[in-house]
Amino acid sequence: MEAYLSLFVKAVFVENLALSFFLGMCTFLALSKKIETAIGLGIAVAVVQTITVPVNNLILNFLLKDNAILPGVDLTFLGLISYIGVIAAMVQILEMVLDKYLPSLYNALGVFLPLITVNCAILGGSLFMVERDYNFGESVTYGISSGIGWALAVVALAGVREKLKYSDVPKGLEGLGITFITVGLMSMGFMAFSGVQL
Amino acid sequence: MSPEAKHNLVDPLIGNNPITLQILGICSALAVTTSMKTALLMCVALTLVLAFSNASISAIRNHIPGSIRIIVQMTIIASLVIVVDQLLKAFAYDTAKQLSVFVGLIITNCIVMGRAEAYAMKNPPGLSFLDGIGNGLGYSLVLIVVAFFRELFGAGSLMGYQVMPLTTEGGWYQSNGLLLLPPSAFFIIGLMIWAIRAWKPEQNEAPDFKIHESHGHSTGGAH
Repeated sequence: MEAYLSLFVKAVFVENLALSFFLGMCTFLALSKKIETAIGLGIAVAVVQTITVPVNNLILNFLLKDNAILPGVDLTFLGLISYIGVIAAMVQILEMVLDKYLPSLYNALGVFLPLITVNCAILGGSLFMVERDYNFGESVTYGISSGIGWALAVVALAGVREKLKYSDVPKGLEGLGITFITVGLMSMGFMAFSGVQL
Repeated sequence: MSPEAKHNLVDPLIGNNPITLQILGICSALAVTTSMKTALLMCVALTLVLAFSNASISAIRNHIPGSIRIIVQMTIIASLVIVVDQLLKAFAYDTAKQLSVFVGLIITNCIVMGRAEAYAMKNPPGLSFLDGIGNGLGYSLVLIVVAFFRELFGAGSLMGYQVMPLTTEGGWYQSNGLLLLPPSAFFIIGLMIWAIRAWKPEQNEAPDFKIHESHGHSTGGAH
């Protein structure tokens, strides 16, 4: 239990996907102008991440690993294409399920769900799971916590940017430039967590 | 070389740079720039994938049904990335280990998808190939500049060779550790965008609204 808790804290704060691995930056910068949009996107990423990391873990262990299907067959080189396939399929299924059973959530997330397929944070989460050799329990924890961490970062950035709109920024630094510097400062703030050990 | 081909090659370098203007493919741009070696390898990998995915998507563009085009593009890109990944593991194993997940993440790099959607789906293969090379070079330019500053001032070396001897090893250069940490990548790209926009003011973004200047005499009464 303790190991899971420590993994959770590590994935949310210390190794935040957005602020220390720069994953999902494109959507992170493009859709963080308003807090409401950022919350919608953050929830969508967290939900998809929670589902896809464990599913990819199962795919890796029962289909792709050496000797998993047939003795002597190693399919790990097909990893990348299967993970992205799983992610695309999961997003599609999630979209249909939400549309049928939770239309209010579907309407709130609607626009963001398809975008998530190409969000590097999602594929990145699965690839980190593979690289660090997580077992099933760990990959569930990692999926939940890395998704929450990303959502936290995007909402925090949206909050800062809403205030930033009213400030007098030098010409040329306006928009993208100042956003980068803001994210840099946030990432520096998150580095303060790097000593945290449970 | 026809004018359009030349435009495809040169325009993405600074005028329409994928990173600083189109906001595409930033994820990997920041993460692999702690040293020149990893940055260069990443640039080669991305440029190759981009050029060949653009060319092959454009070659079959008239046969892809609109409703499943994203899946088709994704499959082509993922296959190319697998090839690059296996090649890197075979011939540059150590550097490939340092790149860790970021080679795989070329699949979701928005530059590749973005150019396939925006250019390759509408233009012939030859021009699309050049567009891929051009955008790849524009990406590489930013990566190499960022990596140059981070490695030179962060570790006092370039391409792994010690240029400025560190004080810890009896030299004179006190290294700046911040440049090897994630925040510095954001700062450097932010400042780079500022520099490019100061040079080419037409890239400035229109502000959301004007800040009202009640005492307008300093700006000649312009409200």
